[in-house]
Amino acid sequence: MSILFTLVWKATAETLIMVFSSTLFSLVLGLPIGILLCVTGPEAQGGIVPKPLLNNVLGRVVNVLRSFPFIILMILLFPLSRIIVGTSIGTKATIVPLSIAAAPFVARIIETAIKEVNPGVIQAARAMGSTTNQIILKVLIPEAMPALVSGITLTIINLIGYSAMAGAIGGGGLGDLAIRYGYQRFRPDVMLASVIVILVLVEVVQVVGNKISARMMARR
Amino acid sequence: MRISLKSLNRAYGSLHAVNDITLDIPGNTVYGIIGKSGAGKSTLVRLISLLEEPDSGEIYYEERRVDNLPKDTLIRQRRKVGMIFQNFNLFSSRNAEQNIAYPLEIVGMEKKEIAQRVAELLDLVGLSGRGKAPISTLSGGQMQRVAIARALANNPDILFCDEATSALDPQTTRSILTLIGDLQKQMNLLVVMITHQMEVVRDACEYVAVLENGGVVEQGKVIDVFANPASSTTKEFLANLKPLTDKREDMVRWSKEGGRYTLRFRGESTGEPVLSRIQKRFDVEFNIRAGGVQHVKGEEVGTLICDIIGESSVVKKAIVALKAEGIIVEEEGEE
Repeated sequence: MSILFTLVWKATAETLIMVFSSTLFSLVLGLPIGILLCVTGPEAQGGIVPKPLLNNVLGRVVNVLRSFPFIILMILLFPLSRIIVGTSIGTKATIVPLSIAAAPFVARIIETAIKEVNPGVIQAARAMGSTTNQIILKVLIPEAMPALVSGITLTIINLIGYSAMAGAIGGGGLGDLAIRYGYQRFRPDVMLASVIVILVLVEVVQVVGNKISARMMARR
Repeated sequence: MRISLKSLNRAYGSLHAVNDITLDIPGNTVYGIIGKSGAGKSTLVRLISLLEEPDSGEIYYEERRVDNLPKDTLIRQRRKVGMIFQNFNLFSSRNAEQNIAYPLEIVGMEKKEIAQRVAELLDLVGLSGRGKAPISTLSGGQMQRVAIARALANNPDILFCDEATSALDPQTTRSILTLIGDLQKQMNLLVVMITHQMEVVRDACEYVAVLENGGVVEQGKVIDVFANPASSTTKEFLANLKPLTDKREDMVRWSKEGGRYTLRFRGESTGEPVLSRIQKRFDVEFNIRAGGVQHVKGEEVGTLICDIIGESSVVKKAIVALKAEGIIVEEEGEE
């Protein structure tokens, strides 16, 4: 029992580190791309500085990255992990492909959230003489905040799933534990424990995310 | 601040939304621009408020050409122009006072000064003490008041009202129009009101331009245009004009049928017994179907809808005589 507990505890910590870091990095990568996708889009869809060519190219790149099955993307990105963190195996190494895999997803989620901002409000901000940066920072992001929080919640949940998959290729964490112990060593108790912890993580993230988003809406 | 438009054009594909508009908008007044939907009002206001560039033509604020400003000058110019909208367009992420503070924040005003100015503005629009209210808790009229305070925060020279009262009930509309009128006088603003409601023009504007198919079909002082409308569009607007709710000024209709002629009396002709005089001179009878008095910007315009019964040649002579007395005669079906 105590061995099981130690195993699951260690794996949970690894998963949390992976999910937390990759959420952070995927936001750092995806947020600017998402904003860029939105503001360079057609004027009718809330684009404040329409740049059709840039928007088109960026959109395509994001779509290509999103079309890759995650497992393939991870294998392709191993060399990059080796350059950035010095190894291609283990929890730290997995953060790189996780972040990059989630970034285009984050970009699209941010884009969708910002596109929901009432175009009339953007027009008003423009009429008042806002610069592009002021519109992005003081209008678009605050107005889209509840939708952004929902999007980030979804991203975290997706990353919990991805990080479990990363276990299959030596990434560590709960997925890794479930495969090595639960599946390969026929330990249904470890399998079950891993699945339950993942389930609890997903549930907690969802509930907390919903709460934050709802509280923001209630204050409006 | 006076605005001049010279041969302004803006097309979207094959749709000529603004078609060769030349217009002089005098300063320190309330100027109405009326038109049905699709007449080009929205495009026109986007052009003169510098939100959009014309395909050709020129826009002047006083003597200064403003339609071709470089980007940073344009942004600075927009800060001296206020704008309010049909749907208020307030920031839902900010409460009332934070909304009003926005235009002050973007020009880099100190926090302390902002708080002081916001309090002043809340007071100006009659919302003192409601500053902390989330936008969704305000009524339509209160939202428009917040929007007005926000639009006036940086002491603009011009206030554009884009269908600003179209989403409000008649009573709230009147209170908002009164507020705008008062603020106009207090701040010597030029208010440009874009609307599809003749009531708004009647109650709030000194001048009016009537828009149709992207062009101006009629313009001038509201009192002149109301008394003597020249275009069919204007006549149509006037025919559908809702009577003022003040009972005294209602149009009273005795009979549903008839009423081929509309007689409009203004100024001195209101005091003269013109009809009975004409009746004595010519062999005609007046059968009055409806009548009333409307107040247009302090002047009274009497309106009678009637039939003139008699031999057609005599009726024609009677009409000429009526016109000679300074009465405006419109015949149904006549354009």
